[in-house]
Amino acid sequence: MEAIEVKGLSKRFGAVQALDAVTFSVHPGELFGLIGPDGAGKTTLFRLLATLLSPDSGEARVGGCDIVRDYRAIRSRVGYMPGRFSLYGDLTVEENLRFFAALFGVEVEASYDLIAPVYRQIEPFRRRRAAKLSGGMKQKLALSCALIHRPEILFLDEPTTGVDAVSRSEFWEMLDSLRQHGMTILVSTPYMDEASRCDRIALCNEGRVLGIDTPEALVRRFEGRLYAIRADAMFALLAAARRIEGVEACYPFGETHHLVAGADFDMRRLARELGPMPGLHIEPAEATIEDVFIQWMKR
Amino acid sequence: MKSNFTSFVRKETLHILRDRRTMLIVLLIPVVLMVLFGFAISTEVNEVRIAVVAPERTDGVREAVERIVRNDSFAFCGYITEDRIDPMLRTGRVDAVAVFAPDYDRRRLQAASGTPQPPLIQLILDASNVNTAGTAAAWLQGVLLGEASPQTLFETRMLFNPRMKSAFNFVPGIMGLIFILVCAMMTSVSIVREKESGTMEVLLVSPVRPFRIILAKMIPYFAISCIVLILILLLARYLLGVPMSGGVAGIFAMSLLYLVLSLALGLLVSTIARTQVAALLISAMVMLLPILMLSGMIFPIENLPRFFQWVSAVVPARWYIDAMRRMMIQGASMADVWVDGAVLLAMAGLLLGVSFRKFNDKLE
Repeated sequence: MEAIEVKGLSKRFGAVQALDAVTFSVHPGELFGLIGPDGAGKTTLFRLLATLLSPDSGEARVGGCDIVRDYRAIRSRVGYMPGRFSLYGDLTVEENLRFFAALFGVEVEASYDLIAPVYRQIEPFRRRRAAKLSGGMKQKLALSCALIHRPEILFLDEPTTGVDAVSRSEFWEMLDSLRQHGMTILVSTPYMDEASRCDRIALCNEGRVLGIDTPEALVRRFEGRLYAIRADAMFALLAAARRIEGVEACYPFGETHHLVAGADFDMRRLARELGPMPGLHIEPAEATIEDVFIQWMKR
Repeated sequence: MKSNFTSFVRKETLHILRDRRTMLIVLLIPVVLMVLFGFAISTEVNEVRIAVVAPERTDGVREAVERIVRNDSFAFCGYITEDRIDPMLRTGRVDAVAVFAPDYDRRRLQAASGTPQPPLIQLILDASNVNTAGTAAAWLQGVLLGEASPQTLFETRMLFNPRMKSAFNFVPGIMGLIFILVCAMMTSVSIVREKESGTMEVLLVSPVRPFRIILAKMIPYFAISCIVLILILLLARYLLGVPMSGGVAGIFAMSLLYLVLSLALGLLVSTIARTQVAALLISAMVMLLPILMLSGMIFPIENLPRFFQWVSAVVPARWYIDAMRRMMIQGASMADVWVDGAVLLAMAGLLLGVSFRKFNDKLE
């Protein structure tokens, strides 16, 4: 049995189709990532799976329970961490944790081994009000609270948004260790670079799933040749590259532009077509998940 | 499940205790309102300054003036001439002028022996404050005529609140207002705050039933309201001297019923409002205005246009304030105000039922 099974799930808010016939499944013990920009429908999907919303059509099962019929059963078996900081800012770290333990009818001590890797880092501040914690620490507290009842399945909606780079990396390491406890984790992120931390990912855009695979396999599905180009005048370079016939796409990517072209398009031809440009530098690049995403998004 | 309920209540209590400013406001508002309405804003007749115009200062005139001097609701400002009446009133140096007829003594005797007479005393009042002027005129008539006045056709006796102290009248009104403020506004804001901050999402995705979430929220606010209730009653009794002759038990019982009703109203608002600001606005528009206008707190229900009299029937404060007035001032017992009690009970039941039903365990 799959831990999470989603079939043709749709949800509309007024004129906005937040989710459009989404289908995927998550194996037990898997760290599954939903990767996509804001407005991709990730939060709506989480709310549907966490039984906070009812779908317009389609169905989904979480831990074998239907999200509409058995929603009460699901609520005691999943841990849910919404995208926004959703703890009580006026309560201390420890009070928050104890409250959520009581909410699920468990003792903090009984789950301490599970939350310890996360909670130990914020334990020195346990008497501090949650509102006064840094972004990274808030997320650690929220994760501790979501884990307190040893859920089988963990829903994390953009847990690393607004968190500094070091804390983000630490956070993913914690997810790694949780997976070793056999927990199924569904996590969403707008950061493409975090996708490689997942076992499998689903690329989402505008309420649709563009594709599902392991991060490595997804990257291999990139079609065409990819070059990283740069010059002194980056904007002029972008405009020039986009005018060349045979160039499928060219977009800013970090400090360079990524240029996608057909298999028959080589570096020399590219240099010739671009013409003389001060500081022009062209080199082949490895496709990343972001490149795949951009390619699929345009279809 | 018991442990998570008590920890819920504990958590709500912590929220309230940590929000010092709100706590202070909640406890201060009743005190300020009581003092304000009790002393500063009054429609009672106090220190009405009176000048007298009398062509001849006969024994009868002196007797009447003596009665004014002795009465501490009036201040006698001396005798003036007829041409000074208008300037004195206009400059506000006096509030009222009593003009005695030239042959006051003789005509008064004739009147006593049964001969019909034209008016003997003319009262001229500054009516820029209608309430005070009306009351002062009535009072003045009584005082000037004296108790054994032969011309008295009516005998008026003010029962329950013989000095017509406005504080007596306002205390029940303030109570009707304050409990809505504390209970309804604060509960609705606190529930909506959880919606706004996203904690409601986490609460809902837990095995705890929404019913318990709500109940746990209501308990601390109910407790605070009880403290406020005791505070108000103590102030009313010992600071303003409201008689409370109907018995404290009945006043308490009726007030507790009204508290529950207010909490239910707050809950209902929280199911409609999405933001704290909206909750506040709805509370203010939907609750405060009708209470001020349609509850009889300030304007008597009987004076309202017929249509608004009907509308006022659905304002819970109307029934509560009515019951409180009768119990605190008239000395009515619980049994005497059973109609008010029954209406409040039915309203509370209805509101609780509707809001529990409306309180969704999903986000939509």
